[in-house]
Amino acid sequence: MKKITVYPEAIRRKSMHYCAGCSHGVIHRLIAEVIDEFNMREKTIGVAPVGCAVTAYDYFNFDMSEAAHGRAPAVATGIKRVHPQHLVFTYQGDGDLAAIGTAEIIHAANRGELFTTIFVNNAIYGMTSGQMAPTTPLGMKTTTSPAGRNLKEMHGSPIRVCELLSGLDQTVYLERCMIAGVKHINRTKKAIRKAFKYQLEGRGFTMVEILSTCNINWRMSPVAANRWLQEHMPAVFPTGIVKDTGE
Amino acid sequence: MKTKVAASDITADLASSQCKLMKGNIAMVEAAVAAECRYFFGYPITPQNEVPARFAELMPAVKGTFVQAESEVAAINMVYGAAAAGGRVMTSSSSPGISLKQEGISYIAAAELPCVIANMMRGGPGLGNIAASQSDYFQSCKGGGHGDYRLIVLAPSTVQELADLTFSAFTLAEKWRNPVMLLGDAVLAQITEPVVLPKGKTQHYKHDFILDGCRGRKPRVVRTLWLKPDDAVEQHNIKLQQKYKKIAAELNSWEEYCLDDAEVILTAYGSMSRIIRRVVDAGRHQGLRLGMLRPVTLWPFCTSVYKNRAEKKQVKYFLTVEMSYGQLVEDVKLSVNGCKPVYFYGRSGGGIPAEEQILAEIKRLNSL
Repeated sequence: MKKITVYPEAIRRKSMHYCAGCSHGVIHRLIAEVIDEFNMREKTIGVAPVGCAVTAYDYFNFDMSEAAHGRAPAVATGIKRVHPQHLVFTYQGDGDLAAIGTAEIIHAANRGELFTTIFVNNAIYGMTSGQMAPTTPLGMKTTTSPAGRNLKEMHGSPIRVCELLSGLDQTVYLERCMIAGVKHINRTKKAIRKAFKYQLEGRGFTMVEILSTCNINWRMSPVAANRWLQEHMPAVFPTGIVKDTGE
Repeated sequence: MKTKVAASDITADLASSQCKLMKGNIAMVEAAVAAECRYFFGYPITPQNEVPARFAELMPAVKGTFVQAESEVAAINMVYGAAAAGGRVMTSSSSPGISLKQEGISYIAAAELPCVIANMMRGGPGLGNIAASQSDYFQSCKGGGHGDYRLIVLAPSTVQELADLTFSAFTLAEKWRNPVMLLGDAVLAQITEPVVLPKGKTQHYKHDFILDGCRGRKPRVVRTLWLKPDDAVEQHNIKLQQKYKKIAAELNSWEEYCLDDAEVILTAYGSMSRIIRRVVDAGRHQGLRLGMLRPVTLWPFCTSVYKNRAEKKQVKYFLTVEMSYGQLVEDVKLSVNGCKPVYFYGRSGGGIPAEEQILAEIKRLNSL
């Protein structure tokens, strides 16, 4: 009998606390698969955010550090400077990275820190139950934008982080992917692989932004959320490579 | 270690061929590098600007890392990361910058990560000014960040003592898995004095928290969040409190100056104690039996030393003098516990209590 899939060693066999329909589980698995492919599990240090993925260390099967809200890039900077040969990544949500941690991500990227950021963009604050995020699309209703995010009330526009970072000289790879269907999931894995490869080659700062669902706080069924993600999110956040300095 | 420090311990051996004239900030960096500190993350702020500059100069030669962070917030979190990864690490700032670091300090204390944090205090509140001040005592000793935690707080009064305490701070931090704060001020940061830099091997502790890749062992997690079981945070806090009790039982350092026959015990720490030493000498010339008790560790506080002194019959009262409006005095009062009167004299925001002002205050108190 031919084995067509194996459970990644870099992830623990345990049930996750994420809501049914949430994208985090898939993203965790993709990261774990790539780490196993690189045979780097024993030389990987991950940094968990504050947000729904705060306990990511319960699922990943390698060394992990927690970080204060938004500070994962600073913590990863400290870790990578001590262990320059290790694979280091931060796992951050949109509130963590694009609101409270904006300074940390911009400056880590600008220094060309040799860690990878996995940026999970589900357009809303998940753990705190559905507040407006910096990446909330215009018109989307949240608990703190009950009439929908709008410019009249000066809520600002959704921040496109890949594009924002692309102007910094030391960013070498920025790609936006999506957890929606096999094609996009495979594309996401490929992006993570490339980002980790560039990191290990010491090229510069790498980030993969992953458009994701938060069906609970979007007030949708998992199926409807998946449809909404594909129909509305890429219009605000175009998927694809935003910056790649080349092989 | 319960240590009674002598005045001769805190001044440089001028006869030594190793004796150099050095600014406080610079001596602190030299001592840190001598103590094998190899990671420094900081952000510019007066009056400690020589610190990052000197680290930037020295680190390449020892294959160390210097990063000028985008903010104090980022710097302290880089310290968190480097400490979690097993690096011997330090950051430095001054009052407003230390306020920004408080979130990270709380996390570092919670995660029990060893590191050294220097605060060269300046005038506050707010942006204040860049003059010497001692108004961050509460922030340093009573927990500037959230949660029940303690820093080990060391308060040097001379450049020599600053160098010596810096040198020992790293092993202290690693021994106890606890952040250590070096609490100085603008005077100590900027004063230039003779110093013999400490040298020699420092002790390293092998800890099982260090994140260096899980080769041949189970994965490790550095964390401060404890959701399960329901009492996990309480259990973690109990563990921290037990550690703090052990530190308090073992670690205490203070200086006694002319205390044996003293009727009035003046008490001050850091730069302020330098003036108090002069006040004691001047007062004794005028027939006043003055003495000084100077805490070197501000936390743990040398409570029993104060208590024992307060119980001496000849002691009439204590006078706490600070470059603040009364912070150390609260610990003095708690230690003396009503046994003798505890008075306070202080200025802050750039004002430094002068010798004649303090003597006048003593004479006023004596006439009451």
